[in-house]
Amino acid sequence: MSAPSALPPTQAATAAVHTAGVPAHTSDRRRRKGALARIGAVAWWLAVLAVSVLTVFPLVWTIITSLKPAGDILSGALDLIPETVTLENYQRVFVEVPFARYFLNSLVLAVAGVVANLFFGSLAGYAFAKLKFRGRKALFATLLSSLMIPGIVTMVPSFLVLRAFPLAGGNTILGQGGVGFLNTYWAIILPGAAGAFAVFFMRQFFASIPDELGEAARIDGASEFRIFAQVYLPLAKAGAAVLAILTFQAGWNNFMWPLIVLNVQEMWTVQVGLASFITDYATDYGPLMAGTVISSLPVLLLFVFAQRYIIEGVAHVNAR
Amino acid sequence: MAVTSEVSARADRARGGAPPPARQNRTGKQWRIQERWAWLFVALPMALFALFVLIPAVMALAMSATNYSIIGDWDWLGLENYRTLFLDPYFAIALRNTAWYTLMFVPSGLVVALATALLLNRRVKVAALFRTFFYVPVVSSTVATASIWYWLLNPQFGLLNVALGWVGIDGPAWLYDSAWAMPAIVMMSVWAGFGTNMMIYLGGLQGIPPQLYESSRLDGASWWQQFRFIIWPSLSRTTFLVSTLLVIGAFQVFDQAYVLTKGGPGNSTITLVYYVYTQGFGNLEMGYASAISFVLFVIIAIFALINVRITGRDNT
Repeated sequence: MSAPSALPPTQAATAAVHTAGVPAHTSDRRRRKGALARIGAVAWWLAVLAVSVLTVFPLVWTIITSLKPAGDILSGALDLIPETVTLENYQRVFVEVPFARYFLNSLVLAVAGVVANLFFGSLAGYAFAKLKFRGRKALFATLLSSLMIPGIVTMVPSFLVLRAFPLAGGNTILGQGGVGFLNTYWAIILPGAAGAFAVFFMRQFFASIPDELGEAARIDGASEFRIFAQVYLPLAKAGAAVLAILTFQAGWNNFMWPLIVLNVQEMWTVQVGLASFITDYATDYGPLMAGTVISSLPVLLLFVFAQRYIIEGVAHVNAR
Repeated sequence: MAVTSEVSARADRARGGAPPPARQNRTGKQWRIQERWAWLFVALPMALFALFVLIPAVMALAMSATNYSIIGDWDWLGLENYRTLFLDPYFAIALRNTAWYTLMFVPSGLVVALATALLLNRRVKVAALFRTFFYVPVVSSTVATASIWYWLLNPQFGLLNVALGWVGIDGPAWLYDSAWAMPAIVMMSVWAGFGTNMMIYLGGLQGIPPQLYESSRLDGASWWQQFRFIIWPSLSRTTFLVSTLLVIGAFQVFDQAYVLTKGGPGNSTITLVYYVYTQGFGNLEMGYASAISFVLFVIIAIFALINVRITGRDNT
């Protein structure tokens, strides 16, 4: 809390106690204590560096591997500095499979997910936090308890709902005959548009803003929508930003649902495309590593720039 | 006098449904307008929620009693699917593999998360930097993580076996060995996910009053005694939350098994969700797949309810 020190607060405190007017004969012990603290600090550095290597190095190694020509990948697997640097693997990823198209698909889907969740999450979250209406408690309780249902339970029926959507994808008004929303962007966007999590998250945020602001605006004759859009929403900007980042990350990294509802190759996302590499090019590590780097790039960049918000957001959500 | 009673009567009427706070003198009309706006705000989100969560959940339960398979007719089977399930050797394998995964993943995930949180629980600037480094795997997708580990776990050229070779250990074939494929997936999952639980533990650690450490220090407590008598008891609720999250996540493992091993070698990595996926979308046995997913739901619900009961009791 006070001066930044390499010691944990407890050790700093004891050090202070020991230096404050201790008899001379304990100076030897004090020196030993100091040595111990220094050993502790060294051990701490070694430990955190070791863990950091374990978490970061595999990614670095992936990048390095992706830059090596095919021949060097296996022979010089451990060379940290490639003898020849080449972008051949990246080129192959884009030429041999429509990776640019996957990238575009993922981008559209992740951004649409962010927009939809921000919009629906803040509208419904605001209503649950600040407006009084009959059935509010029951609705919100249903929403909350649905967070307990594992995704796998609703997966098969959701697939059928999308397939039987009336008047979509050649379907009749009764939802017969066509493929509905399968193999379209809607198959990802619609089921994820109003996530219970987004509503819950925004509700918590709006609930922490005082009611008095809305009451004052109401007396001035503002409509409920204006109160939402001009009074409360600007105050919830920080929460909305965290939600946007988390939603983008989740949308970009989503794998199972796109795998199920998008089975035309040009509709695939980067994750589905990347997973197909492992069977298609079982031993061709170069393009696989290049694809891994490309697929991780957007979220890694987002993380670098917004890591404080991501980590705080995660800690905040999980703390409840 | 008459006017005030009129106002309070209206307020009483307004309070009839969901009671608004008593301090405002809102009239019935304003209250109705607000209710209309509220419904406008929640209508579309709730419609989507109903369409893709509530209705499917009910459908899943109904479908689990049929032999629905997308194509052709279907029959009502009652509990037949569930009976088949308990005689199905692949369901038994999937259940055993999932339990095995959970047994390895939950304790190791817990220990790594707690150890790294203890390591980073220091009020120094660099701790924040290392927190970021430790969190990096969480940000990457499971598929990207799996590809990286696919390379790390390569029996001949992978970093892991090369490093084991340095200390004279002949590493196993990992994903190609039915005994080692699941441990490899566990290792990868712990690596990929500990950052989140580390953050929860850090939150718990920061809630421990510093005076507790200080007084124990003055009493000459060793680090281990501090951990044993202060930190560990103070974190009991956090540990409970983290282990519940780990168990719920473990039972739903899919991405890693799908990307890395496709259930193999020798069925050693077929998990429950993987089995639902292959039955539902591979064999188009949608009714049967729903029954499996319901068994999974019951397992997860039991853990979630235990969590709610225990943490709820602690609150009061």
